[in-house]
Amino acid sequence: MTAADTLQPDTAHYGRFGGRFVPEALIAALDELEAAFHDAMADPAFRTRLEDLRRDYGGRPTKLYHAVGLSAHAGGAPGSTRAARIFLKREDLAHTGSHKLCNVLGQGLLTERMGKRRVIAETGAGQHGVATATIAALLGLECVVYMGEEDCRRQRLNVVRMQLMGAEVVPVTSGTRTLKDAINEAMRDWVTNVDTTHYLIGSVVGPHPFPRLVRDFVKVIGEEVRAEMLEREGRLPDAVVACVGGGSNAMGLFHPFIGDAGVRLVGVEAGGEGLDTDRHSATLTGGSEGILHGARSFVLQDDFGQVRPTHSVSAGLDYPGVGPEHAWLADTGRAEYVAATDSEALEGFRLLCELEGIIPALEPSHAVLPALRLARDLGADGIVVLNLSGRGDKDVDEVARLLEMGTPR
Amino acid sequence: MSTGAVEAAIRAANDDGRAALVVYLPAGYPDLATSRACLEAAAEAGADLLEVGFPYSDPLMDGPTIQAANQVALDAGLTPADDFAMCRDLTAAAGVPALVMTYYNLAWHYPGRGSGQPAPAPPEFPDGTEGLGRFAAAAVAAGLAGAILPDLPAEEGEPWTGVAAAAGLDTVFLAAPTSADVRLGAVADASTGFVYATSTLGVTGERQSLSALAAPLVARLRSLTTKPVCVGIGVTTGAHAAELAGFADGVIVGSAAVRAVTDGGPRALATLVGQLAEGCRAR
Repeated sequence: MTAADTLQPDTAHYGRFGGRFVPEALIAALDELEAAFHDAMADPAFRTRLEDLRRDYGGRPTKLYHAVGLSAHAGGAPGSTRAARIFLKREDLAHTGSHKLCNVLGQGLLTERMGKRRVIAETGAGQHGVATATIAALLGLECVVYMGEEDCRRQRLNVVRMQLMGAEVVPVTSGTRTLKDAINEAMRDWVTNVDTTHYLIGSVVGPHPFPRLVRDFVKVIGEEVRAEMLEREGRLPDAVVACVGGGSNAMGLFHPFIGDAGVRLVGVEAGGEGLDTDRHSATLTGGSEGILHGARSFVLQDDFGQVRPTHSVSAGLDYPGVGPEHAWLADTGRAEYVAATDSEALEGFRLLCELEGIIPALEPSHAVLPALRLARDLGADGIVVLNLSGRGDKDVDEVARLLEMGTPR
Repeated sequence: MSTGAVEAAIRAANDDGRAALVVYLPAGYPDLATSRACLEAAAEAGADLLEVGFPYSDPLMDGPTIQAANQVALDAGLTPADDFAMCRDLTAAAGVPALVMTYYNLAWHYPGRGSGQPAPAPPEFPDGTEGLGRFAAAAVAAGLAGAILPDLPAEEGEPWTGVAAAAGLDTVFLAAPTSADVRLGAVADASTGFVYATSTLGVTGERQSLSALAAPLVARLRSLTTKPVCVGIGVTTGAHAAELAGFADGVIVGSAAVRAVTDGGPRALATLVGQLAEGCRAR
């Protein structure tokens, strides 16, 4: 028997991906978390409390909206019904303005259950940081959020939101000063304070059990879509589409459909200034296998395995790794992954604003043009569901700045 | 098979009535030649083992001092191939065994080129892990005796441990105060050369005082293994070394050594190493 057999449950891997590549000091906390998770999910009182909070506090289930204007645009003209119908899963209408609350509600209650009084989190766009600060305020937990210095600048609104709810926001000045380095700092904090602190990781990344646990808390997104589609349309969608940074909103949407062979799962990564440049964050479409932040997955890295600086117009997707279950879905071909550039994301942002009266976050804006293409390919009878994972208030300043840059005076 | 050089160096120090002194410095800080001179100076001043850090972009086990030193080397464009080239010269001259300390992704990816040397032909490896074979081969070719990969816990040890053992390289795993006994046993079983007991919870860095967690951790390891146990993380002064020498087989110093290099280069480092070596005699 090898050490792997003795020490690690077999649920830690997705094919050859996943695992837990972290310093030994953290392993006990990962074991504790996994035990607490299994124990909690088997406890009806925990599940009831989680469901009550999701509904009454979080605003779930979120709406599934037939985007008439966007669907017509896919068909080539106002009023056109030549393309498939596009539905938006309105995670932007959930409390805190994104899908992130699903995960933090679950992990927040687990933190309480483990008797810990302090949570730490990393954040890129600030959406997960805001969600964590929210749950910390709700449950009376001390909260520290690590955020890259560059992201603090471009997502200032969210910094203020976190501070208003009593969280301490720590700007991270090491490395590339973005999400990757915020995760490194959070890991260092956790190694130091593991006895009292839960690391409330914000995506389906990191060492086991995080990818599985976060997925199980966010898969309510896809479960709601699946149930509502069957009820309203009597059938499943032909394709579900979501942006992928670490991949939590996409995994939440995809997971309940993995067994439905007729449903295409399409992830959209941040193509930045293009995959032919080195300024992008498209890990699955432009990266290679490696180990980052505790899991074997795909990574954007150089020939020697040094992790590369990434770029995206959207801070939430500006990350050189991706969840190991996405790597597995890509490797097995069950899900497809494409990239949308910064300018394509800005175009998607503009279309949702002008055709639907919805200001989306820049992250799901990446998925708009790929959804339009899918709708055209599928034709009139098709159904596409796009996960509108967050609202765009946080991005308004940055978008105004970017659009002005492109406007001749 | 292990050459046994790492364990032998620790045993020899113990037989001499002292704890072994292990000194860590990153390759390429402040530049490649100076880092080699510093490591040689450490060996001359009393280090029994050297740990050569290969700078990595995301060193999540390291505190600010080592992060900053690593960044200097990375900013200079140094690669693991350059680091191995430096180690080849170092191990030929230093007279004490040296281990590479880095993060797993660098071993995973080692391309075996960039140093002007052709890549050694790797044997068969599963799942695209042939980088591990090239890394182990390069380490052995550079005269290194072992590897420490702090983000590789025992259960993820394969396929690296098999590759390393076949190449003749020791692998040192970390034990932590939070590790249950079942884990400590597995860590000790998987380790060759020595077991690295982390004195406290936290990342590398200097500390005012030593954690009280080190002694009970070493005692627990003693009940599970006869392999040497060395203690690191936070060891800063000769007094710290003396405290640890009372119960550990070896004492590992990193951040304090880096700061000495920053403050005064090889001479300042030699002074610090002399004080630490003196502390190691307090058994």
